[in-house]
Amino acid sequence: MKTLAELQAIREQMKNKMNIREESEAGTRIVVGMATCGIAAGARPVLTTLSEEVAKRELKDVLVTQTGCIGVCRFEPIVEVYEPGKEKVTYVHMTPEKARRIINDHIVNGQVVTEYTIGAAE
Amino acid sequence: MIRSHILVCGGTGCTSSGSHEVIAELNKEIEAVGLDKEVKVVMTGCFGLCALGPIMIVYPEGAFYSKVKPEDVKEIVEEHLLKGRIVKRLLYQETVEGDDVKSLAETNFYAKQIRVALRNCGVINPENIDEYIGTDGYMALEKVLTTMQPQEVIDVIKASGLRGRGGAGFPTGMKWQFAANAVGDQKYVCCNADEGDPGAFMDRSVLEGDPHAVIEAMTIAAYAIGASKGFVYVRAEYPIAVSRLKIAIEQAKEYGLLGEHIMGTDFSFDLEIRLGAGAFVCGEETALMTSIEGHRGEPRPRPPFPANKGLFAKPTILNNVETYANVAQIILKGPEWFRSMGTEKSPGTKVFALGGKITNTGLVEIPMGTTLREIVEEIGGGCPNGKKFKAAQTGGPSGGCIPASLIDTPIDYESLIQIGSMMGSGGLIVMDEDNCMVDIAKFFLEFTVDESCGKCAPCRIGTRRIYEILDKITRGEGEMEDLDTLEELCNHVKANSLCGLGQTAPNPVLSTLRYFRDEYVAHIVDKRCPAGVCKKLLSYEIDPEKCIGCTLCAKNCPVGAITGELKKPHSIDKSVCIKCGVCETKCKFGAISKK
Amino acid sequence: METVRIKINGREYDVPKDATILEACRSVGINIPTLCYMKEINAIGSCRICVVEVKGAKSFVTACVYPVNEGMEVVTNSPAIQKARKMTLELILSNHKRECLTCVRSGNCELQKLAVDLGVDKVRFDSSTGDRYPIEDSTGIIIRDNNKCILCRRCVAVCRSHQDVAVIGPNERGFDTHIACAFEKDLADVPCVSCGQCIVACPTGALHEKDETDLVWEALNDPTKHVVVGVAPSIRVHMGEFFGLPIGTNVEKKLPAALRRLGFDGVFDVDTAADLTIMEEGTELLERLKNGGKLPLITSCSPGWIKFAEYYYPELIPNISSCKSPQAMFGSVMKTYYAEKYGYDPADIFVVGIMPCTAKKFEVRRDDQKVNGLPAVDVSLTSREFARLIERAGLCFNDLPDEEFDPAFGVASGAGHIFGATGGVMEAALRTVAEIVTGKPCEPVEFHEVRGREGIKEATYDLGGTQVNVAVASGLANARKLLDQVKSGEKQYHFIEIMACPGGCVGGGGQPIQPASVTNFTDVRAIRAAGLYKEDSEMQLRKSHENPVIKELYDQYFEKPGSHRAHDILHTTYQAREKYR
Repeated sequence: MKTLAELQAIREQMKNKMNIREESEAGTRIVVGMATCGIAAGARPVLTTLSEEVAKRELKDVLVTQTGCIGVCRFEPIVEVYEPGKEKVTYVHMTPEKARRIINDHIVNGQVVTEYTIGAAE
Repeated sequence: MIRSHILVCGGTGCTSSGSHEVIAELNKEIEAVGLDKEVKVVMTGCFGLCALGPIMIVYPEGAFYSKVKPEDVKEIVEEHLLKGRIVKRLLYQETVEGDDVKSLAETNFYAKQIRVALRNCGVINPENIDEYIGTDGYMALEKVLTTMQPQEVIDVIKASGLRGRGGAGFPTGMKWQFAANAVGDQKYVCCNADEGDPGAFMDRSVLEGDPHAVIEAMTIAAYAIGASKGFVYVRAEYPIAVSRLKIAIEQAKEYGLLGEHIMGTDFSFDLEIRLGAGAFVCGEETALMTSIEGHRGEPRPRPPFPANKGLFAKPTILNNVETYANVAQIILKGPEWFRSMGTEKSPGTKVFALGGKITNTGLVEIPMGTTLREIVEEIGGGCPNGKKFKAAQTGGPSGGCIPASLIDTPIDYESLIQIGSMMGSGGLIVMDEDNCMVDIAKFFLEFTVDESCGKCAPCRIGTRRIYEILDKITRGEGEMEDLDTLEELCNHVKANSLCGLGQTAPNPVLSTLRYFRDEYVAHIVDKRCPAGVCKKLLSYEIDPEKCIGCTLCAKNCPVGAITGELKKPHSIDKSVCIKCGVCETKCKFGAISKK
Repeated sequence: METVRIKINGREYDVPKDATILEACRSVGINIPTLCYMKEINAIGSCRICVVEVKGAKSFVTACVYPVNEGMEVVTNSPAIQKARKMTLELILSNHKRECLTCVRSGNCELQKLAVDLGVDKVRFDSSTGDRYPIEDSTGIIIRDNNKCILCRRCVAVCRSHQDVAVIGPNERGFDTHIACAFEKDLADVPCVSCGQCIVACPTGALHEKDETDLVWEALNDPTKHVVVGVAPSIRVHMGEFFGLPIGTNVEKKLPAALRRLGFDGVFDVDTAADLTIMEEGTELLERLKNGGKLPLITSCSPGWIKFAEYYYPELIPNISSCKSPQAMFGSVMKTYYAEKYGYDPADIFVVGIMPCTAKKFEVRRDDQKVNGLPAVDVSLTSREFARLIERAGLCFNDLPDEEFDPAFGVASGAGHIFGATGGVMEAALRTVAEIVTGKPCEPVEFHEVRGREGIKEATYDLGGTQVNVAVASGLANARKLLDQVKSGEKQYHFIEIMACPGGCVGGGGQPIQPASVTNFTDVRAIRAAGLYKEDSEMQLRKSHENPVIKELYDQYFEKPGSHRAHDILHTTYQAREKYR
C-alpha cells in the first residue's frame, strides 16, 4: 500500500527517468562525438557526466545525445551545443570537469564558456 | 546513469516475429561492451507498425529501427550505442530522407495519428507499474477519489461525449448514469476484452501495452456507479495480454490501487479476470455476462438492460477496453480537451487495425472524422504492388464494405451507418482489384454462420441460408431471383435476430449488393467472376501461339489435366482441371492464363 | 391490480402493470403466436415468432419478454409483422424434417398449426439439412428425433427448472446446435429420471415416448393370454381431452367400456391398488412412528422420483417407503391372488397399466418390481398411447355407454382417486392413519393444507395427541429443495409425499399434450385435479381402509397390512445408481 505522497514521489522519479523517451522538439541538444577517435580521447566519461548533470538538475528540453566522427579528430573529445535560434557552439578537448562547467555556465546560465570552444583552441 | 532507453515492442505481432530474441541479444551485447549502466532496454507494448516487426526505438535520438533480427543487434550496439552512429540501413525507411533522419512522428504513418488510447503503447514497460505512474498513471483515480463525487465523474464522462468503442457507439456517460441510478446491493463493472472480429487487435494491444490504463478506468467507473467488484472478460487466445493484465492487477493490489480502501479512502474495488473460450458471440454484452456467470455464452433478450439487471442479475456496466483507455485522460485533461479531437457527434480518437491489401499493416489511432482516404492512402501507404483500391470493410463481419467511390467518407459513427457499414470495434480490411466482392461477402458469412450461437432462429438458420445462396452464386449456379431472396433474407435476419450478431451479420452482403451488384450479376448472368477469384467460374487456357511444348505444366499438373506432345502446344482438359493454378505459375512463357 | 393504459392495434386497453406484451394482449383477447415461450421457465425470446411492433423501438420486439409500460403503442398484426413471422417460420421449417403425415404429433403439433395459421405454403430454402441426426432411443422410453427439433429449448427448461435434473442442453453452436446430453452421451447413460416432462413440453414430434401399443395388440390377439388392464387415478380426468371434451372432464365410466371393447379380459382400476398402497404405507408409517424407525417416511408411488432418489439422494433410500407403486401392486396382485382365485397361470396373465407417466415404462422393467420371477406389469402405456388404441379400434369414445370396472379389483375409495393430484397420497394416508391412531372416525375427512398447486406444502396434524409434521412436494426441483432442508436439519418431518411431476400425476409425462397457447394461460393441472377432488367429494366411500375389496383382499390373502406375504408381494427395494456411465 502506497500513500498518495509515495505515489507522487514515484511519479516524479519515473518522469525524470523517462523523459528521455520524449522526442524533444525545439530544445537544446548537446551532442558528444562518439566515434573511435572520440572514445579513445575520453568521450565516454564526458557523455556520462553530461547526462548525469542534466538529470540531476532536472533540466527539461535538454537532450544529451551522441554522434559519430565530427571530423576534427585532434580536438576530441568534442561536444557540440545546439540551441534553437542560436549559433552552434563547439567545445573541444572535453573532460568531465569541463562538462560540468558547461552545463552550469552555458546550459543553465546562458554564458558560453568561450575558453573551451574550438575558436579558443585554434 | 542511464542516458539511453531502447524500447523494444513486446506486443503479440513483434513477439511472433522474434522481439524477445532481439531483447536477449541486446542485453547480451550491451553488457559485452560495458554499456549496461548507461543503456536500458525496455520491453513495451505495440507501436502500431506491426508489419515491420520486430520494432525498436532508441532514445534519446528517437531512431526507429524496423525488422530487427538478432544478428543486427551487434551492429546497432557497436555503431549506435557505442559510437553514436545511427545504423541507417536498419531504420524504418520512411524516417530516412536523404542523409537526414526525421522523427517518427513526422512519417506519414504517424503524422496524422493522435495517440490517446494508445498513448503508452510503445512508450512504457507494461509490466512495470512505476512507468505507468511516471506517465501520470493513477493520477485520475487519485483526483476522482479525493476530490470528486461519483455524479461529478459521470458528468465529466457525459460532457466528454465519449462513446462506446466496442462498435455500437452508445454514450458511455449515459451507460454509467443508468447503472448509477439503478438500485442494487451489489453492482459490477465489466470490461469487454473479447475481441473477436477477424483482423482486429486494438484491445489486445492496449491490454498488452498499457494494462494499468484499463484497471484505473474500471476503478474510476466502479466509484462512479457504486460497484465493488469487476471482471475483465478476455479471450484465452490472448496469452500475453492475460499475463500482463495479471501482473498489472497484482502490482495495483500491492500498491493499494485495487482492493480494500483504495488510496486510503473508504472506496474498495476488486478486479478479476475471466477467460473466454473463443466464441465470437461472447463479445455481445449479455452473452458475455452469461458466460462470466458460468453458462453457455448466449445473449439474453433486453430489457432488462444490464444497467438494471446485468451480471448475476445485478446492475452492471460493460465497456470495451479502448473505451476505458480514454477515461483517465478525460478525467485529467477535461471533457473540452477530449471534444477538441474528432467530430461534434463522435469526439475523440479511434484505434483501427489496418489489414488486408495495405502496405502498412498495423495499428493506428486517428481523430474521428479522418477520411478513409487519409487512412488508406496516407497512413496505410495504399495498396501494395500498385494495385487499385477497391473497397474497405469496417466493423468486421458486422460491418459493410465502403467502395472506392466513397473513399472520402469521414470515419465516424453516423457516417459509417449512413453508408451501410458500422464503426465496429475497429478492424479495417482493405481490398484491392483482385478481391471478388461476392467472395468477400461469403467469407464473412461463413464466419458468422460458424459463430452464431444458435439460440435464435433467424440468425441460426437465416445466416446459413444466406451463405448457401452466396455459395450457389459463386459456383455459377445462381439465378437472378436469388438476389431478391438474398436481399429479403438479409433484411429479415437484421430485423428479427435476438442480438447484435444476427442483427448485423447480413451487413457485408447488403453493402456489397448495394455497391457491387454488377459483380453479383456477372456471376449469375455471365457465369464469370470479374476479379478472377471464384474457382468454379474460372478456366485455365493455354495460348497455342505462346506455348512451346516444354511439358513443364503437364509435369506439374496434380491431376493430369494437361496433355500434349513435346515441342507442340499443350491443352487443358477442363473437365479434369481443378483450377489450382500451378500451371500458370510454372509456365515460363506466359502461355497459360485464367479466364 | 395496478394497470397501465396501452394501445394495441390502435385501440386503448388497461392491462396489468407487470405484464409482458404477450400477457397484456392475451388479457384482452388477442393471441400472439409463440413457439419457445413457456411461462415462468422459458422466457428466452429465441424463436422470434412472437415479434410485434412497438412505437419508438429500434426494431421488432418479442412480446413474450417485453414488458408493457404506460402509453405504449403495440401493433401485433401489421403486414410487416406477418411477413416477419412467416419468414422466420419458413426458415424453421427449412431445417425441420417435414414428414407430417407419419409424425406422432400430426394434428397436435404447434409448428404444423402455425404453418397453417401463418400461411407458409412453400419453403424456398435447401431443406436437405432437415435430416442429419440419428434418432436417440437409447432408453427405449423417451425417443428424441433432433431432425424435428426446432431448438425452442422448452424441454431443456423443464428438465432444468421444474425437475432440476438438467441432463439435456444445447450442444455445438450456430447451425449445428442440437439438444443432447453432455459430451453427446446417450440418454441412457446419464441421470435422466424418465419423467417425460420434456415430451409434454415439446411443441413438435422431436420428443415422444416409445410407442408400445403393438405389444398390447399382440397380447390382446393372443388366445393363450389372459389380458388385464388397470387404469391410473388421473387417467379418468385426462382421456376426455383427446376426444374434444373440456379439460378436467371426468370420463371414468367410459374407460371400462372402451377397454372391454378393445378386448381386455379383466378391466380394473389402479385406484383400488392405491387404496392397498395406503394400507401398506400407512402401516409402515405407524410402525416407524411407534418403533423409532427411519423418519421422515417418504412415499414411493412416483417412479420418476424413485429413480431421482437413486441417482441424487441414495442416502435417503432408507427413508423411502418399501411399498411398490400402485401400478406394481396392481400387477403383483393380479399375478398372485387374482391368478389363484380365478385359476389362471400367472405366466399367462398379461398385465397392462394405463398411466399418465413415462417413468412407469422404466418401472415395469425393474427386476425389483417382479413378483415370483414375473414382471408385475408387462406393458405400461401412456394416456396418449391409450388414446391411439381407442382411435385405432374405431371406438367413438364420447358415445360409449357408461360402465363399471370389473368388481374383482374395480372398487376404489375417494382416497384412491385423489392419488392423481399432488397431496393426494398424503391426504389419503392421513384419512386412514388418523382413524387407526385415534380409533375414532376421521372428521373432517378433507385435508386442505396439502392440496393445491404450490410446489411445496407443509402442515402439522394432531393425530391422537401426536403432532405429525407432513410435507408434500411435486416437481423434482421442489423435491430437491425440500430434501436439502431435511438433510440439513432445517426442517423436520414425519411423512413426505413426493411426486416427480409438477402437480402430481395430472401433470405427468404421459398426460395429454396441450399446446403452450393453452398451458401458458390456463392451469391445466389444477383443472384436472379439481375433477378428481370433485369425484372424491361426491363419494360415500372416501377412506381406503373402508374399501370392501381391500378388506376382502386382506381377509382372504394378505392377512393384515405389513404381513409377511404382503411384504413378499407388495414391497420392494431400491438401489443407488451411478449418475454417468
